Amino acid sequence: MPFVRLLSAALLFVTLLAAPARADDAAFSAALSGLAAEGFAEKAAAAERVAATGDARALPVLQAMEAGTLFVRKDDNKVVTGAVNGREVTLTDPLTGATLGTVASRDLTKITVNNALRSAISAAVGRLDLTSPDPARRLAAVESMARNATPETAAKLRDALARETDASVKLVIARAFARAALASPDAAERLKAVEELSAVQTAETRTLVAPLAKDPDAQVRAAAEALVAAIERREMLTAGALTLFQGLSLGSVLLLAAVGLAITFGVMGVINMAHGEMIMLGAYTAFVVQEAFRAFLPPGVFGLYLIVSIPAAFLVAGAVGVALERGIIRFLYGRPLETMLATWGISLMLQQVVRSIFGAPNKEVANPAWMTGAWEALPGLVLTWNRIAIVVFALAVIGALAATLRYTSLGLQMRAVTQNRSMAASMGIRTGWVDALTFGLGSGIAGVAGVALSQVGNVSPNLGQGYIVDSFMVVVFGGVGSLWGVLAGALSLGVVNKILEPYAGAMLGKILVLVFIILFIQKRPRGLFALKGRAAEA
Amino acid sequence: MGIKALAMKGMVAGCALAAGLFATAAMAADPIKIGVLHSLSGTMAISETTLKDTVLMMVDDINKKGGLLGRKVEAVVVDPASNWPLFAEKARELLQKEKVAAVFGCWTSVSRKSVLPVFEELNGMLFYPVQYEGEESSRNVFYTGAAPNQQAIPAVDYLMGKDGGEAKRWVLAGTDYVYPRTTNKILEAYLISKGVPKDDIMINYTPFGHADWQTIVADIKKFASAGKKTAVVSTINGDANVPFYKELANQGIKATDIPVVAFSVGEEELAGIDTKNLVGHLAAWNYFQSVDSAENDAFIKQWKTFIKNDKRVTNDPMEATYIGFKMWTQAVAQAGTTDVDAVRQAMYGQKVRSPSGYDIAMNTNHHLSKPVMIGEIQANGQFQIVNQTKAAIKADAWSPFIPESAKLTADWTFPWVCGNCAEPKYGKLK
Repeated sequence: MPFVRLLSAALLFVTLLAAPARADDAAFSAALSGLAAEGFAEKAAAAERVAATGDARALPVLQAMEAGTLFVRKDDNKVVTGAVNGREVTLTDPLTGATLGTVASRDLTKITVNNALRSAISAAVGRLDLTSPDPARRLAAVESMARNATPETAAKLRDALARETDASVKLVIARAFARAALASPDAAERLKAVEELSAVQTAETRTLVAPLAKDPDAQVRAAAEALVAAIERREMLTAGALTLFQGLSLGSVLLLAAVGLAITFGVMGVINMAHGEMIMLGAYTAFVVQEAFRAFLPPGVFGLYLIVSIPAAFLVAGAVGVALERGIIRFLYGRPLETMLATWGISLMLQQVVRSIFGAPNKEVANPAWMTGAWEALPGLVLTWNRIAIVVFALAVIGALAATLRYTSLGLQMRAVTQNRSMAASMGIRTGWVDALTFGLGSGIAGVAGVALSQVGNVSPNLGQGYIVDSFMVVVFGGVGSLWGVLAGALSLGVVNKILEPYAGAMLGKILVLVFIILFIQKRPRGLFALKGRAAEA
Repeated sequence: MGIKALAMKGMVAGCALAAGLFATAAMAADPIKIGVLHSLSGTMAISETTLKDTVLMMVDDINKKGGLLGRKVEAVVVDPASNWPLFAEKARELLQKEKVAAVFGCWTSVSRKSVLPVFEELNGMLFYPVQYEGEESSRNVFYTGAAPNQQAIPAVDYLMGKDGGEAKRWVLAGTDYVYPRTTNKILEAYLISKGVPKDDIMINYTPFGHADWQTIVADIKKFASAGKKTAVVSTINGDANVPFYKELANQGIKATDIPVVAFSVGEEELAGIDTKNLVGHLAAWNYFQSVDSAENDAFIKQWKTFIKNDKRVTNDPMEATYIGFKMWTQAVAQAGTTDVDAVRQAMYGQKVRSPSGYDIAMNTNHHLSKPVMIGEIQANGQFQIVNQTKAAIKADAWSPFIPESAKLTADWTFPWVCGNCAEPKYGKLK
């Protein structure tokens, strides 16, 4: 372990250099041993004391505590930081920075933290960070302190404001004071505070300012009322935008689930009850690719697994689709009832096969780093990256599919076969082969959808069942055989569902949408975009 | 061994009996049959398959130790396939055809409600190993999971307390079926009794397998922005939890801001989620894999050896199955027979040292006294226990917070002998 030795030597060197500067070693050491207390409240108090020493060694200790890598050694009750490696822990002395060797984890007691303690630690860390050279860390520190403000933090913040050079940090501190000044007995101060806060139109501000609408001072009252009204207007707009986005996002999930079915059911007329299982196969392909990336490739390229999964899932699900069509479905053309039963049986078999291979429990398909988290487009309008990615991806898939049907020879043959089979056959098109490829294309796209859906939902053998009804709903509503119908149908159903949900609840919302579709189909049996011409009559 | 082979064996044994030859010897060789009624396919397979394996592990264990009453124990496994009416059919098959001495099974409350009449009609014995909504006590069921006062109420108490962050505003989010609805009814009454105004309680239900949580999570955020500390109590069941937690993480809801405490999320459910962004969210159970006790170490080792997979986790319903099975074997040994009525009498007061490190006792209301533990999710998918009761808490079959239930008593010993009576059945002996 030359690295560890080198590191410890370096640490020792630093320690030696810093040693003369330490007059209050005893105070820090005493505060440190307090962290080994039993209760969370005692530990929080001890963390405060550690931070209050102002010692340079306090920050790493508190960070280790927050991360759960601070331990108590059982034989001498010494507080140590440790790097956990399986059942072994490499210890470091937080006082001297010296390495204390490696011990088994059972020789240590972990210093546990809970949510309340975690907040306390982050506030304490915040106080230490207040003097950090990095403005981003100062900003985080100020924000955390402003949230848990006490008279004593106010004094610290005032000092910080005087010292501060960064404009954005200054602004945050000024606003923290404005929030405090809302309760000031001086009307002019209150008015100034309200004006200052009018730049921060958030729900939090509204809660703070709302009581001032009953202020004895008319000017303050008017300003507060105006601010609250402005915030409410803004909230309504962001809520509307958010609902629209959520609707589009739900719609694109529906679109992805249904677009494969738009080919197999819409174009070919096969009632494919195993469609959901193609989605499921795609999701499991993503899982397998992910595991392969984890096992064989460096972690740096892990985020790319999703890109690789897309063609892989297309091939896997497509191949299964072709096999299905050649093996079973082609013997059942023109017998919808039997097709339905046969494909339903296949769907059960596929589920059980996957359950036997991968086991019944859900599989974890991780979001790559670039798909986690959210983008705050406007204050209050938080759009999660994975949803944005899926909206874009769904549109890309349908675009690619439309282009395939429109511009490639396979697409041309497909359209020819579905419009007039015997004529196409007599023109020399191998209709059986085209059927197999069409079914494979539809299944492959379902597999691609599975990769996308693995990012927002569960990967379990039952994955497909959740989507099969929705898929049929979208295709029937949009118009059988029309890609644009599926696009419009999926997006409008998504948006309608999301508009209804806050009022009716998730359960009733779904029911209402279903009832709406039934009524709609009564009026327009061919869906939104009906195919016209002789083919449609056949 | 297939059903056919079992039937054959039964027939052979029957012939021997009929002939009256070596009758006692044949009896001694005859195994004691127990039924395992857990879904091995369908939506609940995720959770229930593990419990089937747990029972098999226990059976394997007792047979290695020489069996029960000098006889081998044999598990008859059936698959009710997450289909509630099929549960009743399979239960009937186990009791009438297989003549099992006891049945270990069911997960959802709806499956339990479906088999209940069968067990009562045929006087069978069911061990039900999952936390549930309470409001029930059958002569023929032993409930080894938690009742609401052993899980939901202590969890809410914790969040109201100083350690939990003194929550003032509450979101009760659940899946739309009997367990969450009843639990939320109890919790709402409890919160109101604690002085929480009705406006500070938001209740939300979603269907099984709900996947699109954008609206609800955004609503929770909005509800929490009112300036009071908000906590979410989740009775969301099954795999709907995965997208729910993903959405929470993506929308940046941290446990230090809005903690979520769940009653149906254990180690097994977390295996399907990346927990790095969920650190600090909570769950309330009577057992966690992270419990530090000698019994637990042995339990985990036994499970990993039996299932031949070092990555598998243990969870609360598995521990409840373990307790139920141990108690049953003790009661059978004590009664000296597998006769249901005799074993039932022997069950009362039966004690087991469980992996949770506590002595668990069976009460006369057919529920257990168990410790309550609150755990915070860790980055490795395990729970860190942040709060636990000093002693075991006795389960209330009927919640005192629902006025019509508060009057009822469940006690199957004299003079009550009743699961839902306002007065003892044998109040006045004639």
